[in-house]
Amino acid sequence: MSTATLNLTALPRAISFRRNLRIFVREARFEFLRLLRTRPFSFSVVGFPVVFYVFFGLIMNRGEHIGSVSVAKYTLAGYSVFGVVGAALFAIGVGLASELNAGWLDLKRASPMPPIAYVLAKCSSAMAFGVIIVNILAVLAVFIGHVSLTLPEYARMIGLTIAGAIPFACMGIALALLIPANAAPGIVNMIYLPMSFCGGLWIPILFLPHFLQKVAVVMPTYHLAQLMLSSFGYPSAGTASSHWFGLLGFTLLVLGIASIAARRLEQNS
Amino acid sequence: MSSVLEYTEASRPPFSSEAGETVASLDTVTKRYGNGVVALDKLSLTLRRGEVVALLGPNGAGKSTAVKLLMGLSSPTAGAVRIFGADPRNNVARLRTGVMLQVGRAPEMLRVREHIELFRGYYPNPMPYTEIIQAAGLEGIEGTMFGHLSGGQKQRVLFALALAGDPDLIFLDEPTVGMDIKARRGMWATVRSLAARGKTILLTTHYLEEADVLAHRIVVIDKGRVVCEGTPAEVKSLGSATSGSSSSRSLKIIRCVTTLPTTTLLAIPGVTSAELKGSTTTIISSKPEATLRELLALDQTLHSIEVQSPALEDAFLALTADRE
Repeated sequence: MSTATLNLTALPRAISFRRNLRIFVREARFEFLRLLRTRPFSFSVVGFPVVFYVFFGLIMNRGEHIGSVSVAKYTLAGYSVFGVVGAALFAIGVGLASELNAGWLDLKRASPMPPIAYVLAKCSSAMAFGVIIVNILAVLAVFIGHVSLTLPEYARMIGLTIAGAIPFACMGIALALLIPANAAPGIVNMIYLPMSFCGGLWIPILFLPHFLQKVAVVMPTYHLAQLMLSSFGYPSAGTASSHWFGLLGFTLLVLGIASIAARRLEQNS
Repeated sequence: MSSVLEYTEASRPPFSSEAGETVASLDTVTKRYGNGVVALDKLSLTLRRGEVVALLGPNGAGKSTAVKLLMGLSSPTAGAVRIFGADPRNNVARLRTGVMLQVGRAPEMLRVREHIELFRGYYPNPMPYTEIIQAAGLEGIEGTMFGHLSGGQKQRVLFALALAGDPDLIFLDEPTVGMDIKARRGMWATVRSLAARGKTILLTTHYLEEADVLAHRIVVIDKGRVVCEGTPAEVKSLGSATSGSSSSRSLKIIRCVTTLPTTTLLAIPGVTSAELKGSTTTIISSKPEATLRELLALDQTLHSIEVQSPALEDAFLALTADRE
């Protein structure tokens, strides 16, 4: 039988990384599967952007244009962002809050699971849902909205969806650490919907009142949407790098909030 | 978990404390929370290999805090916590531990086998899947979604997750809550076989019968301090012993209806205390047989006699009530 003391240098780093990778893959696979099987979640996270897009992008204002881009294509950008933000906030904001509250997170933390695997798994699941939503929207846009979407445009859209999930995943973590679990769905909605509206995801930013247009600059949804639009060739307000900086700044801000909240929780537990 | 086994003190596997190496320890640990509450006050606790230790105490005594420190979920304000000679906050040290916690909700849309597969993957040498299923009694429900399980079945899955890594140190927090008697007995059998294989188990429970039956050693804590420590028999005796008498293993409580006055009773050999409540006299004796012979000889009209071992409940209440 093994000795009482543990030789901590026993695990070579190379094997350790490979094992962590395997743990991450398994964790991500099960997290995605679990979310997919949770019907209320998967149906609403995918359903809302799709339904909104069908109404506001395809049915209303049919054939109209905003600048050089058809309404269907313009709103495709907006609702893609709406979809990925929702996936991140609900999968992580609400999901993590509930697991934290139920004590499940304590069980995971007491196990040898590397915490980074857990966080990355949740983030990748949000990305996966984002990609699913965006694909459904793209299919609707091309076949019903008669939108012409080139392959590079499509590739950029998917890339932005994946990258864009990260700031909102971090926001989800911060929210989960701050809000009590039973209030989480309500509070997340109260932040998600106005943030989407004010970011110009539903009604294009130029049609919003002036003061809201000014406020939009601090909205991460605005920045992501502008990046998405510029990938369609639509001239966006501000340069691409200003939008990336906006998203980066937002990410750092919420990560800072999250780490303060985490420290506070640890001190009290 | 096939048969229901008879549990007596005699069927507990023997444990020799001299042979055991220290597997985990809390060394003069103080834990103060941010709001000023002192959960643990210079508490020391040692777990040795192959032991089953039951941690008992009223709510708020510091049991959960002590266990959380050993699991690496928080760190002490003062003192040292060690498992296998390392800090439990170190991920590597936890490769040899398994944890069963009271969980309000676990992911409901994962099947039992998926949960187990996930946890097995955390460990380099996990327990074989079929062995886990057997030990936790999950045959037949492996494909069921966690959310569709009954309370007792969920507990068994959580137990399986604790066993997933074939751990040498297992923490069980209220393991049999919500289980029926058959499932509970089955889990007790599994815990005993794990201890017999040299694994160390720390158990917290409110079912004193469970502590009585499973534990080699009981540690009673209250208000962050160890109040009493010993084998179940020792703890029971300590609790029902009156001040001044030694802790004897064969203390018995004798109840009867008798005309003998208390002064006479106290003079009988072995009697440590005698009390009249209503019509019933309660006598505590360290030499019950001698006491009984005297009693029956002295009072021919004595009736309604009852002889009992001191209950762990009474000992527990006595030990934790004193401190208020």
